[in-house]
Amino acid sequence: MKTIPELHAKAQWVRRETLLIHKKAPETRIASSLSCVEIFTALFYGGIIDCKPDDPSWEDRDRFIISKGHGAVCFYPILADLGYFEKSELARVSKPGSFLGAIPDPIVPGFETVNGSLGHGLGVGCGIALGLRAKHKESKVFVLMGDGELFEGAVWEAIMFAGERRLGNLTLIIDNNKICLLDFCEKIINLNPLDDKFSTFKWNVTSVDGHDISRLCQVFDESKKKQRDKPALIIANTVKGKGVTRLEGDAMNHTKTLSPEEIDRLVQEMP
Amino acid sequence: MNPQHSVTMRDAFIQAVYEKMATNERIFFLCADFGAPKLDSIRRDYGNRFINVGIAEQNLINVSTGLALEGFTVYAYAIAAFLTMRAYEQIRVNLSLLAQLKPLNVNLVGVGAGVSYDVSGPSHHCLEDLAIMRLLPNLEVFSPADWRTAEALVDYSIRELKPKYFRLDGKILPALYEADLSLDMNKGFTVLSAPTDICLIGTGYMIHQAVKIAEQMAQMGNPVGVIDVFRLKPFNALAFVQTICHSRRLITLEEAFIGNGGLDCVIAGALAEHGLKTEIVRIGFKDKFCFETGNRDHLHNLGGLGEASILKAISSPET
Repeated sequence: MKTIPELHAKAQWVRRETLLIHKKAPETRIASSLSCVEIFTALFYGGIIDCKPDDPSWEDRDRFIISKGHGAVCFYPILADLGYFEKSELARVSKPGSFLGAIPDPIVPGFETVNGSLGHGLGVGCGIALGLRAKHKESKVFVLMGDGELFEGAVWEAIMFAGERRLGNLTLIIDNNKICLLDFCEKIINLNPLDDKFSTFKWNVTSVDGHDISRLCQVFDESKKKQRDKPALIIANTVKGKGVTRLEGDAMNHTKTLSPEEIDRLVQEMP
Repeated sequence: MNPQHSVTMRDAFIQAVYEKMATNERIFFLCADFGAPKLDSIRRDYGNRFINVGIAEQNLINVSTGLALEGFTVYAYAIAAFLTMRAYEQIRVNLSLLAQLKPLNVNLVGVGAGVSYDVSGPSHHCLEDLAIMRLLPNLEVFSPADWRTAEALVDYSIRELKPKYFRLDGKILPALYEADLSLDMNKGFTVLSAPTDICLIGTGYMIHQAVKIAEQMAQMGNPVGVIDVFRLKPFNALAFVQTICHSRRLITLEEAFIGNGGLDCVIAGALAEHGLKTEIVRIGFKDKFCFETGNRDHLHNLGGLGEASILKAISSPET
């Protein structure tokens, strides 16, 4: 487990590597990958997720389900850094023969489920949580979802189910970057206040600055260790495109691509 | 199960699962708020492994996937039309796709094959499932003709660690097979009457009709063959063409849309694959829904699946 300054440095490294992947694979969704950098960093370097990179199917691992597949490209450098696969593979994202697609699939060591189609992760996570409970396992289930996925009806089937079944070993993290593909989420259907909706469905809810790595570690750690009889929602308030000024706050940033020159400049200017 | 009685396929299937649950603690039974008399036993005796997700077929599939990923044998039980079509994308992404990479024993058990929910109308008729489920890689498709076949499939459902779809009839129907039926899982079909010049190739409920007609034909001195295709995917095309190679005309019988990927297309594909030019007459529902109400026989007559249509297909001169 790393110190907070070390975690900051690691997050910067992840952000830089993610930009460099995007430089080589402009098909990747850069804006939604940049909003969850600190979330991934806190989970995997902050001592939260138990895993064995040399044994991805280790029975006692924590299960991490990435529902927002498009935004998970920033997980590639982390997986390579942890030893799930060679770092040289990062240069081959979306290239012929590579197992690293523009949208990750479970052919990538470290990915549990198919993630490209939105709104599936929470329901599958509920089944895994039930399975772990039936096996009397201490392992926890973390699901990362984008806020835009809340428009999928199946997500609400799972929200109702998890609360009713008191899935205390389940934590849902919403990367609340507030932007869909065409517009701000609240301009499409305004779901605010979100915490009330989950509380009504028998969830514990915590809101946190999704770029404050220290706070993220704290709430993730509490969610993992505290005995509870309710599923936990952590709303991580983030900025889509975080770290790239021209993307931040742009309602149409989901599909925007950065030029190689722009990426070189951004990487150079990074602290 | 008492062999003297007609029972529903679902009760025979669920009873067999119930018996397995006594010794196999890895079995979960999930439903989307859909019951059966025999399901009450599971709810009563194995309540900790029975889950009603509510009227939520999408979540039914997703929760089943999660349990299967943790190594459990899962039954996902619902009305066939809603199980396969409301949750098709969940089946595609979480079962079909994922099963290519990981063992996933999820058994989709759909009740209401074809027009077995006759008077409930076209929302409950299930005429597309054979085609759309057959389309998905890594998923097997079963369509039993009687409760003994349904019951006999339970062993296989536990043994094979892959997603499967079981298309069960909604009506109480008599057994067509003897007790302790042993299914030929290499072939996936059963020859009920040896193929002659003409062979009826059916699946599900239509085998009951085929057997009746074959008996009539035999009494008239004109026997016809009957083949019960209880598994549409995978389909053993080679074994099939070897079985029917001396027939001149095949008549496919299914409570499904014809010409769009169901049993008829399985058979036509097998013939083409092996270069057979055997005549094929396809009996099933044409490309439209039926809003007129009525019992099964009435719907069959409206759709051209009635006895008269089958007899005509048998007797009409070669085209």
